[in-house]
Amino acid sequence: MSVMIDSSTKLVVQGITGRDGSFHARQMIAYGTRVVGGVVPGKGGQTFDDSVPIFDTVAEAVEETGAGASVIYVPPAFAADAIYEAADAGVNLIVAITEGIPVLDMTRVIPFVAERGARLVGPNCPGLISPGKSKVGILPGQICEPGPVGVVSRSGTLTYEVIHHLTGAGIGQSTCIGIGGDPIIGTSFIDCLTLFEADADTRAVVMIGEIGGTDEQEAAAFVEREMRTPVVGFIAGQTAPPGRRMGHAGAIISGSEGTAKEKMEAFREHGIAVARRPADIVDLVKESLG
Amino acid sequence: MKIHEYQARRIFRDHGLPVPPERVAETPQEAEAAAREFGGKVVVKAQVHVGGRGKAGGVKLAQDPARARAAAEQILGMDIKGLEVGKVLLAPAVEIADEAYLGIIVDRSSQRPVLMVSAAGGVDIEEVARDTPEKIHKIEIDPRYGLLNHQAMALAFELYDDLSQVRAAARLFQRLYAAFGAVDASLAEVNPLIVTDAGELLAIDAKVTLDDNALFRHPELEELRDADSEEPAETEAREKGLSYVKLDGTVGCIVNGAGLAMATMDLIKYYGAEPANFLDIGGSSNPEKVVSAMRIILSDPNVESILFNIFGGITRCDDVANGIVTALKQLEVDVPIVIRLTGTNEKEALEILESVGLPATSSMDEVVQKAIELTKAGAR
Repeated sequence: MSVMIDSSTKLVVQGITGRDGSFHARQMIAYGTRVVGGVVPGKGGQTFDDSVPIFDTVAEAVEETGAGASVIYVPPAFAADAIYEAADAGVNLIVAITEGIPVLDMTRVIPFVAERGARLVGPNCPGLISPGKSKVGILPGQICEPGPVGVVSRSGTLTYEVIHHLTGAGIGQSTCIGIGGDPIIGTSFIDCLTLFEADADTRAVVMIGEIGGTDEQEAAAFVEREMRTPVVGFIAGQTAPPGRRMGHAGAIISGSEGTAKEKMEAFREHGIAVARRPADIVDLVKESLG
Repeated sequence: MKIHEYQARRIFRDHGLPVPPERVAETPQEAEAAAREFGGKVVVKAQVHVGGRGKAGGVKLAQDPARARAAAEQILGMDIKGLEVGKVLLAPAVEIADEAYLGIIVDRSSQRPVLMVSAAGGVDIEEVARDTPEKIHKIEIDPRYGLLNHQAMALAFELYDDLSQVRAAARLFQRLYAAFGAVDASLAEVNPLIVTDAGELLAIDAKVTLDDNALFRHPELEELRDADSEEPAETEAREKGLSYVKLDGTVGCIVNGAGLAMATMDLIKYYGAEPANFLDIGGSSNPEKVVSAMRIILSDPNVESILFNIFGGITRCDDVANGIVTALKQLEVDVPIVIRLTGTNEKEALEILESVGLPATSSMDEVVQKAIELTKAGAR
C-alpha cells in the first residue's frame, strides 16, 4: 500500500507547457503516473506531446478526465490563484511545487482549500512518490524502490540523499512526501504521520526536519501519543546561526525558538531515534524494522 | 528583508499611526542640526538591523543640540553585534506615563496573522513570552475579514482602562494590521507603544520585517534595502539567485538544496571542522551560477578548502561539472576543491571532471572528510 497517491491516481498538471511543467510532466509520464490532462489558459484544445489533452481551466480538465489530483508548476505570482482554482474544481489532492509564494497569500489559501475538502501538499516542495506506482512532483524516481518505509521531509535534495541511502541498503519505501520548506504549508508532519500509521504496509517512518518553527516538536509528541509504527528522525541545521534564513523561507531560528538542538531533544524525549548523520538513518531504520 | 526603524516609521505614519516626527543623520553635524530643528530634548537611536540596541548603548537621550551631536558622535561607527552603525535617528523626547508592547506576526502554528499586546512594554518581548507568557494577550486574525473592531477592542481593554484610550488603541491596532497587509510584512512591531503625560497614545518605535517572497509586487519596497548592512558577498549572491550565508569556519561548501546544504554544514561539524558558509545553488543547473558561487566563496579569506555536494534531481550533474571547469579557467583558485556528485547525468559529469584531472566521489561523508583533511588544521 501507499498513502495519498497510487497507480489509480489521475493527475492534471497546471502549467504543463512551461519550462519546469513540461520537463516534469514527461518525467512523471515516464515513471508511470497517469497524467490525464494539462491546464494552460488559452491553450485549451491543444495536446501536450501528442498524448495529453490541454484544457483552459482545471474545472474543464476535471470534468472531462475525472482527475482527482493536480500538481502546480506555475510561477509564484500566479501560484496562489492556481491553488484556489484547483480547490474550486473539486480535486482531492493539490501538490504545489512552486517556491516563493507570498506568506500572506498562503494564510488565505489554506482555509479556502480546507473548506472545499481538498488536501494541499506544499508549497515549495518536491512533491511525493509511491515507488513503483505513481509520482507527483519532481522527486527522481530512479532512486526509489517499493518497500515498507514511509519518508516525510521539509526538504528536497536532503530527502533524495536519505532515500538513496535506504535504497542502497535494500530498504524500499511505501511513500515519500516532501511537505515543503515554507513557514505556512498545507500538509504537516502530523498529517503524514497519521496516514503512515493507518497504512498497514508502512512499517517504519523516517521524519526529516530542519530549523525553524515547532512542527517537529509537535510531531514528536504526536508520535509518542498516537503511533505504534516506529519513527526515525533527522534534523538539519545544527550549525545554522540564529536569525538568518537558510535558503528555505521557513528555515530560520527566531530568537531562541526553532533550533536543531531543541528539535532533536524533543525527538529523543518522545522516543524517536535520532540520526546524527544522514548515513546513520539506515541502521536506525533496520533496527526499528527488527 | 529587514528594514530600518526610520523606514518602518514612515510606513506606519502613511497608514495613520501616531508616530512622532524623526530625522535621519549620517554625521554628528546633521544630528545637531536635526536636534536644533526639534528644539529641546531628543532621543538619538542607532539604525541597525539587530535588536537590543538600547542595551548595547545605541540609544541615548540628549538635552540639547550640542549633546545630540556628542551622542551621535559616539553612536555613529559603533559596532552593535557585528554591525557598524552608519545612521542615527533623531526624534523629540516624550514624557512616558505608560509603555506597552504591540506586534503582529505570521504565526506558523495557527497559519494566521496574530496580533499580540502586552502591558510589559519596552522590554525584550521574547523574555516576557518565555518567563511570563500570561502577560501576553493574543488574537488570531482571519485574513478574510481582517481585524474586527470588537477583537481590537478586547485586546485594547487588556492594556487600558480609560475608554477613549481603549478606542484610540483599537483604531491603532487596526491601522497597524492595515500597514502589515499593505506591505506584505512578516512582522510589524511597536515597542513601546506609549501613553504620554497628556494621555495621548504614540508609537515611538517601529519595526517591520518584509516577506521576501512578496517583494516582486512591491518594487518600491525593494529600494529600502540597505546594502551596507549585509556582507558584500551576500549581496552578490542574492543578485545571482544564490542563497548564501557567511559563517566563520574554513571549509567552503557549494550544495544544491537548502536542506542538503544545512546537512552538509552539520556533517563538517560532525567531523570536527567548521563550515565557512551556507550556499544553495538552487534547483537550476545553470553553469554560470556555479562560477558565481565559486567566486563568492573564494572572496572569503578564511576558506581553506571547498567542497561540492550535488545530488542531481532537477539539477544536472554535468551542468555543475561544466560550471566547475569554467570556474577553474576564469578564476584564480588557490584552495583545493573536492567534489561529490550523484544523480541525474552523474556519468557524463564524471567524464567531464576526469578530462581536467578532478576526481569526484559519490559519498557525502567521504567528500566532507576529504575537504577537512585539506585544511591547515586537517593537515596537522
